[in-house]
Amino acid sequence: MGRYILRRIVLLIPTLIGISILVFALMRFLPGDVVQVLVGAEAQITPEQRATLYRMFGLDAPIYVQYLRWVGALLQGDMGTSLRTSQPVTSIIAGRMPITFELALFSALLSWIIAIPLGMLSAVRRNSLMDLLTHVLGLIGLSLPNFWLAAMFLLITSVILRWQPQAEWVSFLQDPWTNMQQVLLPVLSLSAALVAVVMRMVRSSLLEVLGQDYIRTARAKGLSSTAILFGHALKNAAIPVITVMGVQVGYLLGGAVVIEQIFGMPGIGWTVLNGIYQRDYPLVQGAVFFIAIIFVLINLLVDVLYAYLDPRIRYK
Amino acid sequence: MHNATVTTPALGSTWVLKKQRGRFAEFAIHLVRHPIGAAGIVLVLLLIFVAIAAPLVSPYDPLAQPSKRLLEPSVQHLFGTDEFGRDIFSRIIFGSRVSLQVGIISVGIALLIGASLGLVSGFYMGLFDTLLMRVIDIMFAFPGVILIIAIAGVLGPSTTTAMIAIGIVYSPIFARIARGPTLSVMQQQYVEGAQAIGAGQLRIMARYVLPNIAAPLIVQATLSFSTAILSEATLSFLGLGTQPPDPSWGTMLGAGRKYMELAPWVAIYPGLAIMFAVLGLNLLGDALRDVLDPRLRQL
Repeated sequence: MGRYILRRIVLLIPTLIGISILVFALMRFLPGDVVQVLVGAEAQITPEQRATLYRMFGLDAPIYVQYLRWVGALLQGDMGTSLRTSQPVTSIIAGRMPITFELALFSALLSWIIAIPLGMLSAVRRNSLMDLLTHVLGLIGLSLPNFWLAAMFLLITSVILRWQPQAEWVSFLQDPWTNMQQVLLPVLSLSAALVAVVMRMVRSSLLEVLGQDYIRTARAKGLSSTAILFGHALKNAAIPVITVMGVQVGYLLGGAVVIEQIFGMPGIGWTVLNGIYQRDYPLVQGAVFFIAIIFVLINLLVDVLYAYLDPRIRYK
Repeated sequence: MHNATVTTPALGSTWVLKKQRGRFAEFAIHLVRHPIGAAGIVLVLLLIFVAIAAPLVSPYDPLAQPSKRLLEPSVQHLFGTDEFGRDIFSRIIFGSRVSLQVGIISVGIALLIGASLGLVSGFYMGLFDTLLMRVIDIMFAFPGVILIIAIAGVLGPSTTTAMIAIGIVYSPIFARIARGPTLSVMQQQYVEGAQAIGAGQLRIMARYVLPNIAAPLIVQATLSFSTAILSEATLSFLGLGTQPPDPSWGTMLGAGRKYMELAPWVAIYPGLAIMFAVLGLNLLGDALRDVLDPRLRQL
């Protein structure tokens, strides 16, 4: 197992280099003059001032030198400085991450609590009305735009129920009750699609396992359906489900961009979007890079968990 | 059939034609009889019809401001009017064109780039294959929406950049889906046979490999079509996709959100339009997967 983890970590290095190149290149494709963006569109500057600013920001160096400088600073934990607030990007991200983390964690937990039993039920009662109902509901969940769902929740709570949580963000540690009220609607909006994905995966994976020979053997020797389901089928059915849960982290991080924007939650997604609106490219660069790293690390964790559950993978 | 009997060997060609028609008919029957597939086909056909016949079926010009602002739904304005007094029903009808266009072009870009790269990679293998797989791994390291937003943000907001961004981000999945089956098709004896009789590489790819890897690509294209519509709506909602006054469902929802408490219909109907379009494609995708994979037909 140790060797497998080590091999996976070594394989991460080229991926991380690739991610850094892609993020760096993306930000260099920004239309217009970066210096003009820095000083503001309406500011008039002389060519000399422009050249000085280019030198100051290191933009006069060849592109690969700029890249190496950026990576060098990254390795020391320096992601640059925000063009709008002059704060270090690292500290901005560190301040915003807990908000997104909380949103993602609660959304994932809620979706699993709902989706796993429903998926199991529709697999066990295959082709029943319940199965058809969960199938259709699942597809509707997948088709609902999360930002529309969020808008509808806001409409219902503010217009019909006349309830609105406090507008200014409060962390869980400061005031858990207010914080839970603030994350309730964002979590519900983000969970709908997750419930659908996990439920469908649990169903198909469990159906596949239930059709295998060893389950028939268990039935033949007289085990009850419950014992077969919980004692034999569930662990093997969990393997593909865990992969899907890993992929969901990507959905959560992406979905957080929209949901945080709608509910005014100053998380990492909100930071990326406002960075794009304000052309704050060091902030966008840092935040997108950070999100990719988190995504890669969670996928690594999922792979390790996968190998732990299915020994065939680590001996490949 | 007439042509088939003329060619040599006539009997063989006739048999092939009949066999192909039979397979297609069988496929279509399975799809229509699939309860979920039939519902999907109806919704998708409705979307296509509305998009094509938009000028005929919409009661007003989507950009005209024929009435007062934020009028409630009524006989004159089925879905009410928006913040500029434009007819929401007509704008939703014309919005289907944007969604359909984004779906077709962005999935087309992804299919063209992704499937060709995957096919070539699986066909030739070697260094190109290794490099391509690494690049794909890197692209998969980004959550899709984040990458789409970043690319659209960098290129500047418009429907065209939204389609490009979605197409680029969706390409790797098609490359991966095309590569796997290509590898296994290349091991088949009929490919070896084609090589032995001197068929060119392009001919082998187009005539022998492509038809055999088409099924998973079709299923993925249908599913990607629905997520492409959702992605464009998300981008437009955030102000990074289709720009006003063009009627896009996402833009309408984004603009309508500000007036939601006064006039909920401004936000409700565009969202429902997105949901039904995406649902139709998801239903169709699910049914296609079941029908194209005989193992799943029993499930």
